[in-house]
Amino acid sequence: MSKRMVQFSIYRYDPDKDDAPYMQDVSVELEPTDRKLLDALTKLKAHDDTLSYRRSCREGVCGSDAMNINGKNGLACLQDIDELKQPIVLRPLPGLPVIRDLIVDMTQFFKQYHSIKPYLINNDPPPERERLQSPEDREELDGLYECILCACCSTSCPSFWWNPDKFVGPAGLLAAYRFIADTRDQATSERLDNLEDPYRLFRCHTIMNCVDVCPKGLNPTQAIGKIKDMMVRRAV
Amino acid sequence: MINRIVVGAHYGLRDWIAQRATAVIMALYTVIMAAVLLIVRPASFEAWQGIFANGFIKFVTFLFFVSLFYHAWIGVRDIWMDYVKPTGLRLTLHVVTLAALVGYAAWAAAILWRL
Repeated sequence: MSKRMVQFSIYRYDPDKDDAPYMQDVSVELEPTDRKLLDALTKLKAHDDTLSYRRSCREGVCGSDAMNINGKNGLACLQDIDELKQPIVLRPLPGLPVIRDLIVDMTQFFKQYHSIKPYLINNDPPPERERLQSPEDREELDGLYECILCACCSTSCPSFWWNPDKFVGPAGLLAAYRFIADTRDQATSERLDNLEDPYRLFRCHTIMNCVDVCPKGLNPTQAIGKIKDMMVRRAV
Repeated sequence: MINRIVVGAHYGLRDWIAQRATAVIMALYTVIMAAVLLIVRPASFEAWQGIFANGFIKFVTFLFFVSLFYHAWIGVRDIWMDYVKPTGLRLTLHVVTLAALVGYAAWAAAILWRL
């Protein structure tokens, strides 16, 4: 890969200075070693340090640099830049309040995450070494525990856009099932009670935007389906 | 009154199951009616009347309409819940929707048993 110019159209908004958000057209020359979108953003920020976005690990583990890339949510650090159609349109994650440029206020997202009690509830005295699971029981947690809470899924979900205060959202529900499915957890019934609500769980109409955008390849829709299955088994 | 977010109505599962069950009933009815129409091949008003004079067809047709209206109730209510925020207006829309659907069901029964 050679040196190349890449065109961007970036959402800019500084509430201290701007009356309204606007799209800024910029271009940047990339080196052959610049492969990911985050590499380009780093270059852009070197030219204009007012450009604001979150980033940390730069390898898809921390989930900080989630943004809307050409209309689809994703992580800048995992996105190959040469796969993108130019000009590359960067916007903040949809549906959450913008703090500045590509930085959104995630309070609502984490409120929903906390509401499902994302920790193991077990009132038995802890054993000497650890609470053991069979390999089969442990397998059920695969595809659940890997979530990095980047919010790509929840902010691509129309149900979350319309009711972010009431609908838990795909990320929260994936985490909820992670603990419902855990054989070491003793609060299964309370967890199901907590979700049996027309808003908290049943706003999901399985349109699967969450599955489409998850940068870790997880499937919140399937987890939500499993929660519903467990509720049916409990009720019927 | 302060405006706190309240959730935890503890319903939703029954509607979710009902929406799926009614969908299955409507699908089965479509297959049954397609088979009946292929076998009878009605070409006149009397032939169509003959099909619906049958007690079983009357029953499954009514079941289809009741399923359709229940299914529609859940779907339309979901739309009100998503897009209409003021509680009073939403409740009014719920009542209007319910009244219309119950009316349609009575109308369907009247048409079927008038034949």
